[in-house]
Order: sequence, then structure tokens, then C-alpha cells
Amino acid sequence: MVEFPAFIHIPLAEWIDAAMAWLLTNFAGFFDAIGDGILFALLRIERFLLWLPWVVVVVVVGIIAWRAMRVWWGGLLMAGFLVLIGSLGYWDLSMMTLAIIIAAVIISLALGIPTGIVMARNKTVESVLRPVLDAMQTMPSFVYLIPALMFFGLGKVPAVFATIIYAMPPVIRLTDVGIRQVSHEVIEAAQAFGSSARQVLFEVQIPLAIPSIMVGVNQTTMMALAMVVIASMIGARGLGLEVLLSINRIEVGRGFAAGLCIVLLAIIIDRITHALGSRQEYGLT
Amino acid sequence: MQNNAVSANGETCIEVKGLWKIFGYNAGELLDGELQSASKETILEKTSCVVAVRGISFEVHRGELFVIMGLSGSGKSTLIRCILRLIEPTAGEVLINGEDICSYNAKKLIELRRYTTSMMFQHFGLFPHRSVIENVAYGLKVRGVAKEERYQKAREVIAKVGLKGWESYPPGALSGGMQQRVGIARALATDPEILLMDEPFSGLDPLIRRQMQDELLEIQAEVQKTILFVTHDLHEALKVGNRIAIMRDGEIIQVGTPEEVITAPSDGYVRQFVRDASPSEVLTASSIMEQPHILLYEWQGPRAALDILGSADLDNAFLVNRRGKLLGLVRISCLAELIQRKGSFSILEALEPDLLTCTADMLVEDLFPLAASARYPIPVLDDAGKFLGEIHTSTILISMIQEREEAAEKEKEKVESDG
Repeated sequence: MVEFPAFIHIPLAEWIDAAMAWLLTNFAGFFDAIGDGILFALLRIERFLLWLPWVVVVVVVGIIAWRAMRVWWGGLLMAGFLVLIGSLGYWDLSMMTLAIIIAAVIISLALGIPTGIVMARNKTVESVLRPVLDAMQTMPSFVYLIPALMFFGLGKVPAVFATIIYAMPPVIRLTDVGIRQVSHEVIEAAQAFGSSARQVLFEVQIPLAIPSIMVGVNQTTMMALAMVVIASMIGARGLGLEVLLSINRIEVGRGFAAGLCIVLLAIIIDRITHALGSRQEYGLT
Repeated sequence: MQNNAVSANGETCIEVKGLWKIFGYNAGELLDGELQSASKETILEKTSCVVAVRGISFEVHRGELFVIMGLSGSGKSTLIRCILRLIEPTAGEVLINGEDICSYNAKKLIELRRYTTSMMFQHFGLFPHRSVIENVAYGLKVRGVAKEERYQKAREVIAKVGLKGWESYPPGALSGGMQQRVGIARALATDPEILLMDEPFSGLDPLIRRQMQDELLEIQAEVQKTILFVTHDLHEALKVGNRIAIMRDGEIIQVGTPEEVITAPSDGYVRQFVRDASPSEVLTASSIMEQPHILLYEWQGPRAALDILGSADLDNAFLVNRRGKLLGLVRISCLAELIQRKGSFSILEALEPDLLTCTADMLVEDLFPLAASARYPIPVLDDAGKFLGEIHTSTILISMIQEREEAAEKEKEKVESDG
């Protein structure tokens, strides 16, 4: 009675493997199509970012940060960070990383915000999705790399796919919360004046949920950045790969420089999306 | 249920027949069973269903301001929501202009809410992300009215409720009273036939509340809507209602004109309510005080004060300092005399000595002795001596007379019941 009995055994790992094999044989075309779509979008974004002269990127980011944070030194600081990244020699790699983040975030938001809205309006959907989201967030992020690898092979596409899965839960959750917390009386008022369900959603619930949704966008972006580094293990080029290589070769300086660039990128993205979110306050009181 | 009042304007606008609302699972089955006549507590215990509205029937006539009064938990807010089906009734009929709206499909229900009715809420229910004018124009927007046209209508209504100049502000920038004005404007902008008001003034300060009640009556005199007004305040009900329905535990226990409710309460519950509402016993100084036509400020010199009093055609006015603290009362004759005699002097020298004052929470009963000896209006102050308003001795005397009459009536009643 000391060891757990061997006959009580659930072969979960085998089942999942079998399911994966079945999916791969029967839905290969489907995954190829998704992969091609992601790759198409990703390559456009990456080529565009690398095509842009660095000065333009620095100036545009500076202006966006200044407008969003509403202080001139905010813009200057963010632009300065970008120049620092460039001077460390990681401009191109940073742009590649950024391209993966942008692609993953756009897809996460495009899927996540509508999912959050459905979740807020439907109890059954909510009770099903809630544990799924919990699992998605607590599962070690490395686990997502394996199916991503199997579906899409090595490279950028599985990296984007794994990043989407890892980064989507916050925006779903915060959209759901944002819509739920809209005052009941305000919704009642909208209904009492004859709003259709669609009008209640688009005129009242979504506008009032925007501050919360923006927090979700911020968190999703930050999680995407964190995941991109890990996703370098399955062949996504960029800053993450640089860190990975320096671990393998025990090059402290190289790893630190690449790590610093990731931090700078994170600060720039966080400050800008955060500032955009907190601007959405209503009323003067 | 009694219905011992028939309005002069007999045309029925809203008719509610045997309306039930029960919250909980299997609520509908409850109605067929024997529990229908059981008490609220028994039902809650046996089925864990909550009965909010219990077989209510009443009629509201066209152009009438019908008040539903009851304490919190009496089901009045549920009832008013059932009339627009914001809450789906469990059983019964709601007829608006003769049509049973409970049989309406979603589309017809939306039409009804867009074109026939409007609603006001206790906490205003304004859209915080939209400006005042967008809030007011909302009802027209969902109807599909063009922007120019709905803004023009909204501007008119905003001016009517005295908020001109506030159109582009968010509601959060406005005080409570002003927010509810936006609520009134929003409700009136669609020019509805029927207005539903769910405790519209309960969230406001007593002073503002009285002012808003007055304004509601003014607006009603002008627009003559059919209004269903829910309140927990009997004073308010008596003041604004053409007829009053008193609710308890989901049932209406009396319907009548204010006069009937006061003079012939249908049972002990109503009687107790009415007794609580005996004016001088519960009225405090703050509830009968008025805002003076003018106030004089310390920094205004004697000549300016004389001019202000003269142009307002008043004999006297209160003088306050920069912080609103009362300094005293200035009489025009005293000012004129000092100006003639001295030429230059501080306005403080013209103050009337030994002025009677009272505080906002003093009962009207306790003001009676003051009223007898006061030669000027009695200023109402807060604890810090800040000026809040004034009470004219005539106001106190009138409530004193009402008090006497009621006491005599109660005495008579008591003798009758003893005999």
C-alpha cells in the first residue's frame, strides 16, 4: 500500500497522441491553410517593418508615445529606447520579434474580443470557457510548443500560433468583465428607450467596457512578448533566438544585450498601450 | 382591492389586470397551486420563490399622474418594470391603450418603448460615456432620427429643464439634481405618451428634491403626459399625485386621491403611514425652508446693498460672509438712515440686533414658539453657522393650523372608535 497501484492508470498521454495523429492525418489541409494565412500576414508585417527606415520608426513611435502619455519626455524616452536597441546591434532582430508580436496580437484580439462578448452575454458559454481559460493560463507555456510544432512544423507560424494561445486569455477575460460590470440601470435605461439587443451592445455595453478591454489589450501584448522569447525554441527568429543561442554557447554578454533589448521593447509596448487604456475615463468627477 | 376614486378624465391609458411577478424556478407552477393565497414568507420557505408582485390590478387614466407608494421591498419597482417588460411578468395582463403588451413580440415591444413610453430611474441611468446632449437625444437616435434633427430637439428640451450651456459636458461633471434634469430631458425628448418614473427624486438632497417636484408639476401642467410615478415617500406622493396607490408585500391596499388617502385610510397600515406623515411631527426646518430672493454679501458696501434691496423691492435681507456664514439681517430703512447720517460706514453697523435663528434639523413643532416672537424671517443655519435658507413665520403658522386640525380629527376618530 505504499506505492500507487499500477492498474489504476489513465493513459491520457496516449489518448492525446492518438487524437493528434488523427487530427494530423484528417485535417492536414485545414492546418496548412491556417498556417499559410498566418505566414502571409506575418511576412507582410515583417517586410514592412524591415523596409521602414529606422528614423521613421523612431519618430513615429516617439510621436505615438507622446500623444498617448501626454508628456513630451515620454515620447523622447521611448524613442531613445529604440535608438538604444539599434545601437546594441539588434534592430533587425527586434523588428522580427515585433512582427511576430503584432501578428499574434492582432489575431488574438480579433478572436478574443468577440469571444469575450459572447461569454459576457451567455451563461453557458461562460461556464464552459472559464475553466478552459484557467487551464490555458496555468499550463506551462512550453507545452503549447509541441502541438504547434506538430501542426505547423518549425519556424515562425508555430511560434505565432503558440503565442496566440498563450496571449489570448487576458483579453477574453477582461472583455467579459468589462461588459459585465456595466451598471444594470444603464442597460435598463437603454432598453427602456427601445434599444434593440444590438444597440444595447454597441451603443452602451462595448463603449463602457473599453477601459477594461484596453487593459486586456495591454496584458495580451505583454504576454505575447513573453511567449515570443520562448517560441524561439521552435525556430522563430528574433531576439528570443539570440538569448537561446547565448545560453547554448554560454556567452553572458550577448545574452544580456539581447535580454536588455527585450526589456526595452516590453517597456515601450507596455507604456504606450497602458497610456491608451487609461485615457478612456469618463466624466470629470 | 378598493378603487374608490375615478378621475374626471375617465379615458383609460394603462390598465393592469391580475399582474404577478414571482422570482425563482418553476415560478409559473406556483400560480396553479394552493400556494397562491399563502403568505410571502410561507412561499419563500416552501419553494424558495420570491413573490414580488401579487395579482395587482389598477387603471391609470390619460393625463393623470398616478403614484405608486410603498416601502422598499413592497414590489413597486418590480411592478413599474413589468409595465415595460423590462422584467417579464409571470402572469397577468398589461394593457396600454387597450393592447395587451404581454402578447407583443420583441419587435412590437421595441416599437412601444421607442414611440409610446419613456422612463426615469432612481440613479438616473445616464450613459456616462456620452455627453448631456447625446444622452438626451438617445431615444431619438434609436428611432433612427437624423443627427441634426435629434440634436435640435434635444437642445430645446435641455433648455426647458434649465441646463442650457451644459450640452457638451459628460453627465459625471454634473451634480445629482442636474443629472436627474438630464434624465427628465431624455424622457421628454421623445415626446412620449406615457412617462414611467422609478423613484426619480429619491437620490437627491431634500432641498433639491422639493425643487424638482415643483418643476415636475410645472412641466406636467404644460405637457399633460400620463405619468406613473413610484416613490417610497408619502409626502412626495401626496404632493405630486393625482391618485395614489399604496403597496405592501406586492399588493395594492388602497387607491385614492391624496385627500382620500389622508382622510380615509383603508386599513391600519395606511393609517400608520399617514400618521407618520403628519406634517409638523416629522417636518424639519430644512424641509419647509425657502431660498431667499436675494442675499447680501459682506464685501458689498452699504450703498450697493441699498441699491440691491431697493431694486428687489424688499425691506430686508440676510448678510453673509465669503464662506456663506450668516452675519445678520440688514433692513433697508436702517441702511438709508445710516447713509444719511454718517455717509461712510461698514455694512456690519447696519445689522439688526437679536436675530432669532434655527438649525436645519429642528422640528417644525419646535419652531412654533419662535414664530410667535420673530419679526423677520427665521434664518436656517447648519452647525457651522452657514446660511442654508429662510423660513417665513407664515409658513410655520400654516403648518401649525394644519396640525391642530389633524389633532382634532384624530381625537374625533378615537372617540368614535371607543364609542
